[in-house]
Amino acid sequence: MVAKGKIVWVSGPAVRADGMSSVKMYETVEVGESKLIGEVIRLTGDVAFIQVYESTSGLKPGEEVVGTGQPLSVLLGPGIIGRIYDGIQRPLDDIAEKSGAFIGRGITTSPVDMKKKFKFNPTVKKDDTIFGGSILGTVEETPLLTHKILVPPIFPEATITEIVKEGDYDLEDVIGQANSKNGDKIGLKMYHKWPVRKPRPYAERYDPTVPLVTGQRIIDTYFPIAKGGTGGIPGGFGTGKTVTLHQIAKWADSQVVVYIGCGERGNEMTEVLVEFPHLIDPRSQRPLMERTVLVANTSNMPVAAREASIYTGVTIAEYYRDMGYDVVLVADSTSRWAEALREMSGRLEEMPAEEGYPSYLASRLAEFYERAGRIRALGSPDRSGSVTIVGAVSPSGADFTEPVTTHTIRFIKTFWALDTRLAYSRHYPSINWMQSYSGYLEDISKWWKENVSPDWYDLRAESYHILQREDTLKEIVRLLGPEALPDEEKLVMEVARMLKIGILQQNSFDKVDTYCSPVKQLKLVRLMVKFYKESQKALKEGKSLADIRALPIITTLLKAKFEVTDEQISKLDEIDKQLSDSFKGDIEEVKVSV
Amino acid sequence: MIIDGVTTASFDELVEIETDDGERRLGKVLEIGNGKAVVQVFEGTTGLAITGTRVKFLGKTMAMPVSQELLGRVFDGLGRPNDGFPDPVADKFLDVNGEPMNPQSREYPTSFIQTGVSVIDGMLTLVRGQKLPIFSGSGMPHNILAAQIARQATVVGTNEDFAVVFAAIGVQYSEAQYFKRSLEESGALRRSVLFVNLADDPAIERIITPRVALTVAEYLAFDLGMHVLAILTDMTNYAEALREISAAREEVPGRKGYPGYLYTDLANNYERAGRLKGKNGSVTQMPILSMPADDITHPIPDLTGYITEGQIVLGRDLFRKGIYPPVNVMMSLSRLMKDGVGEGKTRSDHMEVGNQLYDAYSRAQEVRALAEIVGKAGLTGVDLKYLDAGDSFETHFLKQSPDENRNLDETLSRAWDILATLPEGELTKIKDKHIQQYYKANK
Ligand SMILES: Nc1ncnc2c1ncn2[C@@H]1O[C@H](COP(=O)(O)OP(=O)(O)OP(=O)(O)O)[C@@H](O)[C@H]1O
Ligand SMILES: Nc1ncnc2c1ncn2[C@@H]1O[C@H](COP(=O)(O)OP(=O)(O)O)[C@@H](O)[C@H]1O
Ligand SMILES: [Mg+2]
Ligand SMILES: [Mg+2]
Repeated sequence: MVAKGKIVWVSGPAVRADGMSSVKMYETVEVGESKLIGEVIRLTGDVAFIQVYESTSGLKPGEEVVGTGQPLSVLLGPGIIGRIYDGIQRPLDDIAEKSGAFIGRGITTSPVDMKKKFKFNPTVKKDDTIFGGSILGTVEETPLLTHKILVPPIFPEATITEIVKEGDYDLEDVIGQANSKNGDKIGLKMYHKWPVRKPRPYAERYDPTVPLVTGQRIIDTYFPIAKGGTGGIPGGFGTGKTVTLHQIAKWADSQVVVYIGCGERGNEMTEVLVEFPHLIDPRSQRPLMERTVLVANTSNMPVAAREASIYTGVTIAEYYRDMGYDVVLVADSTSRWAEALREMSGRLEEMPAEEGYPSYLASRLAEFYERAGRIRALGSPDRSGSVTIVGAVSPSGADFTEPVTTHTIRFIKTFWALDTRLAYSRHYPSINWMQSYSGYLEDISKWWKENVSPDWYDLRAESYHILQREDTLKEIVRLLGPEALPDEEKLVMEVARMLKIGILQQNSFDKVDTYCSPVKQLKLVRLMVKFYKESQKALKEGKSLADIRALPIITTLLKAKFEVTDEQISKLDEIDKQLSDSFKGDIEEVKVSV
Repeated sequence: MIIDGVTTASFDELVEIETDDGERRLGKVLEIGNGKAVVQVFEGTTGLAITGTRVKFLGKTMAMPVSQELLGRVFDGLGRPNDGFPDPVADKFLDVNGEPMNPQSREYPTSFIQTGVSVIDGMLTLVRGQKLPIFSGSGMPHNILAAQIARQATVVGTNEDFAVVFAAIGVQYSEAQYFKRSLEESGALRRSVLFVNLADDPAIERIITPRVALTVAEYLAFDLGMHVLAILTDMTNYAEALREISAAREEVPGRKGYPGYLYTDLANNYERAGRLKGKNGSVTQMPILSMPADDITHPIPDLTGYITEGQIVLGRDLFRKGIYPPVNVMMSLSRLMKDGVGEGKTRSDHMEVGNQLYDAYSRAQEVRALAEIVGKAGLTGVDLKYLDAGDSFETHFLKQSPDENRNLDETLSRAWDILATLPEGELTKIKDKHIQQYYKANK
């Protein structure tokens, strides 16, 4: 039975309606004459509390509220990749077509074009057995991505009685028939719907052991994240959350990227829209937009849809995971989502916990990050996929002890702490190397050893050790000045400076430096460690530190990150040779004056 | 104010309140239900009696009449003329709350605005359609800087002048006058629209002032195709008015008593800047706010920084040293600089020079701190060079006079003068080809 009630109270995005006894929790409803979309978030007797995903300006008591019988769901099928959606999966280009450059209200559109023909290529045949999650066939969704047509996850074991031939079909075409064991005939289509608040089921969960290669040195080499892992990146404003997430979305070696702009700037979404179609994936040489989905609910868009955008995004990510792909989901910023929760909670007059946030903030965060993982998918054939989640956190006053940051830290395994002071001195990415950590380091080191070099782990440890020593020594320098240190320690300070400039700092806006391959990362680190060892030896042999500091090879090492491209990586071997030569014989001969 | 016996009002609707003695005030519905409406009265509730006050629901949300005739006029904080001239003839009426720009319809901002202020053009470049606030403190010259920018701003190679929309939000009479005079003297007043809510005007009215101003800015930009510079001062007064309302409604407060929705509310104003595909005009926003106790982590600057595309922070130390403009470059940032500079837009070395200057000045400050403890004798030769570079950065690059308009070439050549005093090996952010072209030439 369709629930039908009347509005009794309106306050911003929160609406109360009575006469709603037959509505269900989390059911979507149409609110008022302009049929605004809302969702029931609390039921007390026949009074429903509704969060409305559009501006409620002009709404009045007495207007009708009608249930849809459905929970908030996304439509999953070919045609999602390359699009930009609002928080409830309405395409922003369709909205623009209907209401112009400014977003109007009460607009209904379909998430994908139901009339568009896709070339379907069946991979099952008559008499095959299918299960929930099985692959029926494929569609070339974009040149970069083969879309696997999935049986909905919740589906009885059934036998194919009919399947269409390879050909062009739209989403409403019936592409096959199946008979379940108890004799039900079920028609199959190329799409299904799934409620966003419910994680999609899988067969089995695996440990994440393969790194997500991002091409960012401080991430891949020092604080890596695994495919199927979770990461958090808190930082004050301007410290580089968005730039880092953009970098991950651009360069991560995943097959699909879901980018959620949650309560952030409009221009940042536009930037992705403008840039990604022109950026070329280094592995496939295709535009990055062909693997990217955007969910945008900017800071000035309705606050309730901001809350939904996170779920919309993660459900889309899980869907591509179930096809057997590695998916990366980045969410900028989870703090704005938490604030949306707080705002709704406040309007419902719930008892607040810390800083006005509802007491269920921690469990909501946990549920979200729990949807990351590397899994074996349901159905046949056997395949595994992953969802990696990286969330930005925007702590008020850059204070990491505030509730969203502290709770997030409990549920993530990689922590990239952005440091306002590093950002002020334009050390980018301003990830603080003493505060950050990765819980995947041991698990993924095997991959590096097998795929890049056996000495990866040791080089990483040796170079990191130099940074750790510098961290202690700089306190002495602060009190007594640099001249108070013995030469061996001065050398540590010097090499740490080189590591900071030549390895840790990475300019996202430089054509070459924006992406650094694992091999190049390793070679650069190896050069720095070698420089350190050679210099140590030279010092022991009685050479002076001043002479070492004056070696022209230092500038070469510092600029190698952007002067040597990945294509000419062998130049780094030449630099390696120059480095050896610099320490041969009498250092003073190769000294240049400044 | 709560009104009983309401049967037909809607959320956000405009309300007209008539007092016993015939005075009319405006308000809007904040909450509606169960026969009651919670109304926010813009001119304040002082003098309103429980009996004898009549209320009329106007059946529409608050709208601003707009037309080309607004140019050159002065309005009060609610958008009513207060320059003694008659109401302008309206071309249309626009909802002051605006509607969110569709990110799909935005044109990404990339055109460099030359402000003639070295520190901004060289290191904190402003582009058309950007929202870049000034974070200031009491007594510091944010108004002088904003007025200088309003006078000097040009897009090189075009002859389109900026129209200025100026909103005074709870400021003193003298500050509002200063702006008006400055626009008058430069001949820009004809291209300006002023909204004035003074310190002694009702605080609640301030909630509307930036909204009417931005409504007009959007109209001038996207209906009339003008390039608009919107200056909103002082957003701290705006946020305080918001807190007042929130407290009166006994809402659960967020930090420092400000409502939890302060971020969203500020964003609804700040996001009304930008460019649109297929339209000629633009809205560039320069909000000004004073940081309570010079504290950048205070919720108002903090939340603003999370929304705007960078910030220009004025520093007390530089101000005390007598340096104008006292821009603390370390804490300042222009997020859109990368998109507005470089080959084909300004100069190919622009970004690298900016980055290297940051690096040099930041090193200089570390060395300064060190020198205070260990003395100059404890410093290395390179450290000493940085010490000098830091001083000349402040005197030769940062410092300029409020009526000095430097073009970009002059700004960059001053920057190279400073970089040329450092050893070549220190310029790690600059590509070899630019070292050849500019550094070597400067030696
Ligand atoms: N690991 C690091 N984390 C942060 N800053 C670092 C680090 N290493 C070097 N720096 C640089 O050194 C400067 C000062 O270091 P740091 O931030 O550790 O000072 P601090 O000990 O916090 O100083 P204070 O005691 O004055 O707060 C920073 O501005 C940054 O440029
Ligand atoms: N890796 C980087 N390389 C170069 N510049 C960077 C980098 N990371 C951040 N930045 C600079 O810092 C600014 C702010 O970064 P952003 O990611 O927008 O911060 P947040 O999202 O934390 O507020 C950027 O506009 C850019 O100028
Ligand atoms: Mg950001
Ligand atoms: Mg400290």
